[in-house]
Amino acid sequence: MLWNALLLAMRELRRNVMRSVLTILGIVIGVAAVITMVTIGGGATLQVTQQVASLGSNLLMIRIGQRMGPGQGAGAVPFRLADAEAIAREIGSLAGVAASSSQNVTAIFGNESWSTQVSGVDNQFFNVRNWAVASGRQFIDSELRAGKAVCVLGATVRAKLFGAAEPLGSSLRLQKLSCQVIGVLEAKGQSTMGTDQDDVVLVPLRAFQRRISGNQDVRLIQVSVQDVASTAKVQADIERLLRERRHITGSRDDDFNVMDMKEITRMLTGTTQVLTALLGAVAAVSLLVGGIGIMNIMLVSVTERTREIGIRLAIGAVEREVLTQFLVEAVVLSSFGGVIGIVLAIAGSWGLTLLLEVPYVLNPGIIVVAFLFSAAVGVIFGFFPARKAARLDPIEALRHE
Amino acid sequence: MDKPPLIALEGVTKVFGTGAASMQALRGVDLTINAGEFVAIMGPSGSGKSTCMNILGCLDTPSAGSYRFKGVDVGELERDQRARLRRHYLGFVFQGYNLLSRTSALENVELPLIYRGAPAQERHARAQRALAAVGLGGWADHTPSELSGGQQQRVAIARAIVTEPAVLLADEPTGNLDSARGREIMDLLTTFNRDHGITIVMVTHESDMAAYARRVVRFFDGVVASDEQRAQLEPA
Repeated sequence: MLWNALLLAMRELRRNVMRSVLTILGIVIGVAAVITMVTIGGGATLQVTQQVASLGSNLLMIRIGQRMGPGQGAGAVPFRLADAEAIAREIGSLAGVAASSSQNVTAIFGNESWSTQVSGVDNQFFNVRNWAVASGRQFIDSELRAGKAVCVLGATVRAKLFGAAEPLGSSLRLQKLSCQVIGVLEAKGQSTMGTDQDDVVLVPLRAFQRRISGNQDVRLIQVSVQDVASTAKVQADIERLLRERRHITGSRDDDFNVMDMKEITRMLTGTTQVLTALLGAVAAVSLLVGGIGIMNIMLVSVTERTREIGIRLAIGAVEREVLTQFLVEAVVLSSFGGVIGIVLAIAGSWGLTLLLEVPYVLNPGIIVVAFLFSAAVGVIFGFFPARKAARLDPIEALRHE
Repeated sequence: MDKPPLIALEGVTKVFGTGAASMQALRGVDLTINAGEFVAIMGPSGSGKSTCMNILGCLDTPSAGSYRFKGVDVGELERDQRARLRRHYLGFVFQGYNLLSRTSALENVELPLIYRGAPAQERHARAQRALAAVGLGGWADHTPSELSGGQQQRVAIARAIVTEPAVLLADEPTGNLDSARGREIMDLLTTFNRDHGITIVMVTHESDMAAYARRVVRFFDGVVASDEQRAQLEPA
């Protein structure tokens, strides 16, 4: 019975290929738009998550200033190395504490120069940031203690200054400091904020303070929390300790901030997810419009085929059979549109992810949902025309010209 | 008689519209048709013959009076029950052929079998046989637009008889055809009536077509005006 109806529907749609194609266009576009939006949104979310993960998981960043952002650290007293040491000593559940300070400097090697960021760090930096040395080595303790003029290059700096040449053992100049390259970092790519993380030169903190910044400041303390521990609790502990050390009492606001990378991840993925949902919803509206298109054409089709319906009824079709026939036609149309839309979306979103440089994550769930939805559109919007057909008076219908 | 007649109309009236605008198409029709008959219904337009055909074809129900088909009161049946009755016992041939356009002759003939739920192979074979019986065995793949009027009407007859119905109702089957094609159609109908025992009720206003029937019922102004048997034709 249903198979018959399916057969009849296919015959009917084949007879009117052009119209069938135009009818399903709305559904095709709707389905393709929904899947593409969700796919690209999913890719963007994944990208954000990956970028944040590349900073190191369970990372807390402690900076001067009340909020994150440029200029915030201006008025406040900077940290000292002692602050980092105090955190390491007094706060439990930490996997590492890295004090650092950075400044923009032009790095010069031979005839090449490159404006980059020089960071004074210690070996904790590599742990906390989950960042390994690709070639060469980290600093050794004596270099750190003495503030020796050695450096580890980020992948971008290495490429800009050395090209294909081997940088290890060469000396490059950072302002007045001439330092020997002892290592090259793994490439990390863009950060969440869109800056190039690999555009960096690492030197021992003491060398940086003495030879580049000329002060004892520590601008950034990065802390990685043990996996099992609660970052929220550690964050609170650090805030309490630093308030004490910086003599901030009572209701006075902190003049520093502790940023939880997990929270930033949540915030950023939350944003992309909301955007995805929004775009998906807009695309879903076009699905609805596509459904109305199907209803429109089915109504026209019922009017056009009134005589045919009369013949079928006279020959002995019962109401339900005529209803089924038209309903199946609508569902076949709309789900066919759904399938084409899915194929288009898979190809289209793949192209778009390439263009936008986000990962391609096809969600099989959304494909199933989109297909079922397109079929449901056929049922919902096909029902009214189908019922109209089924309830025709056979005598009237046969007389219809 | 122990067996009820195939078709029995008793005091059938049909009123269209209500109140002052109402129009009485049938004013008390009594008519009995037995299995195996070939009846021509004649009458001027507006005499009620088409209304009567619609009632005989279970497409419409009487306003008053009773229509018994094989003893079953059709007036009591629901819409779908009447559809099933048509499906299993009736075949229709119309003046305007009423084939599905852009659909091959074979598929047209298969249509009633689809609603009967016949399996595809049987459907195919029976439709082919029916087409062969109307002399169109080689035309199965042609669509109505590729067939002449006479051929289309023969496809329509094949569609009507493919289910081997008890009654074939023909409404001016030769009305759109020239007399030579008309005679071909009438010969076909006569054959199915004589060789397959299919009861035929045919509306026509052409007396030379009515001459093929063995009984002629004339309608006038909503009632049966005359009802004559022609026993002189070949015995059934």
